[in-house]
Amino acid sequence: MSGYEQRKKKKPVGMLVLTGIVSIGLYVALLANQDLLNTNFAKGGMFAFLPIITAFIFSFVHGTFTGHFWTVLGVEASKKKKEVK
Amino acid sequence: MHDIAQAASNFINLDAANLIYLFLVGFVGGLVSGFIGSGGAFVLTPGMMSMGVPGLVAVASNMCHKFPKALVGAMKRAKYGQVDVKLGIILGISAEAGVLYGAHIQENIKKSFGDAGSNLYVSVAFVVILAVVGIFVLRDAWKTYKSGNMHEEEKITRLAKWVQSVNIPGTMVYFKSLNARISVLFTIPLGFATGMLAATIAVGGFVGVPSMIYVLGAPSLMASATELVIAFVMGLGGSFKYAMHGLVDIRLAMVILGGSLFGIQLGAIGTTYVKPFMIKVVMGLIMVIVLFSRGLMVPVYLSQLGLIETLGEGTVKALKTTSFAIMIFALALGAFIVLRAMWQGRRAERLQQAGEALSHGEI
Repeated sequence: MSGYEQRKKKKPVGMLVLTGIVSIGLYVALLANQDLLNTNFAKGGMFAFLPIITAFIFSFVHGTFTGHFWTVLGVEASKKKKEVK
Repeated sequence: MHDIAQAASNFINLDAANLIYLFLVGFVGGLVSGFIGSGGAFVLTPGMMSMGVPGLVAVASNMCHKFPKALVGAMKRAKYGQVDVKLGIILGISAEAGVLYGAHIQENIKKSFGDAGSNLYVSVAFVVILAVVGIFVLRDAWKTYKSGNMHEEEKITRLAKWVQSVNIPGTMVYFKSLNARISVLFTIPLGFATGMLAATIAVGGFVGVPSMIYVLGAPSLMASATELVIAFVMGLGGSFKYAMHGLVDIRLAMVILGGSLFGIQLGAIGTTYVKPFMIKVVMGLIMVIVLFSRGLMVPVYLSQLGLIETLGEGTVKALKTTSFAIMIFALALGAFIVLRAMWQGRRAERLQQAGEALSHGEI
């Protein structure tokens, strides 16, 4: 398969849109409920799990979205050197 | 509990300008982190403080954006075969101990000498460590560039050869990045130093990455990728510790994360296009420039402690502004080099592919 054919492979536009919507939803929820979050997330003790879990959720959803974002824009890793050594 | 209530009440109001600023600095910091394994925190923490965020909340919120960012970056670079998870976790655990010890030292200095003493300690640590390590890394990158051996596989140092040759029964572990068995008695102090530096100047990678390259013998690309695993382990533990005291402002952390996840993906992709010595170039340059930035602040803290003549208000303000501007410049320059190297690498690859397609067509 030539380099041109490889580049023609299907881009994950559907996943980009889906994760984009969920990611935007998460950020809207975050900014729309600032008082609620500030009060509960700053309680300390076992409430410490709240910011940690939130960070994991955002990293999963937004991380997937940003990964697809660059792929759809055509910014992908070099095909020559995928591995070190 | 009083501290917790006070911390919550100190969470600032976020306006659109603040959100955009955090997002953009997050993006640039993420881009550099994706490439060299660390960076961004030295601008983000003072940047948040300049918005009115209390120091500890800024440190805690920065840390809470760091661990999910490092996780995404490490997973991305693992796809390119650049991550040594075992080395990252082993170094990360000892780094966590270093963070706790470093924070303890900080607290004691603050108790004995106040804020100015603590700031002076941080600045002197910055200047001394960055001067030694930064100049060494930059010199090594320059030597590689001058020798014209940029494409060749990196040679390991004599120190790393010795470390890899030492056999201490019961402590030997095989690491794929080194393709050798080394004693964890060498990795423990290195991880500890990385953690101590992370607790002091917020960028443990400035010791972690060079020590993996020059002391353990890891290739630059693998060292910078493995640093992301260390940052994840350290950041997760540190964030939980701060969150237990209610100091994490989740809004700040997630907005920075919003920008930095765009950046870290791009920085990670960038590593597949560049020659390994570029990791050293970017890291060394940032370290040396930041060194000047922090060096400018030393007279301010010396004056606050009464060790030198009192500086005028205008002088202090000018030094602070210049110091912060130099830090932003360091980060921006790092990002520029990463993007430029990536652009050139992509262009060369496309030209090569087009040439190949053309020659196949002719046949």
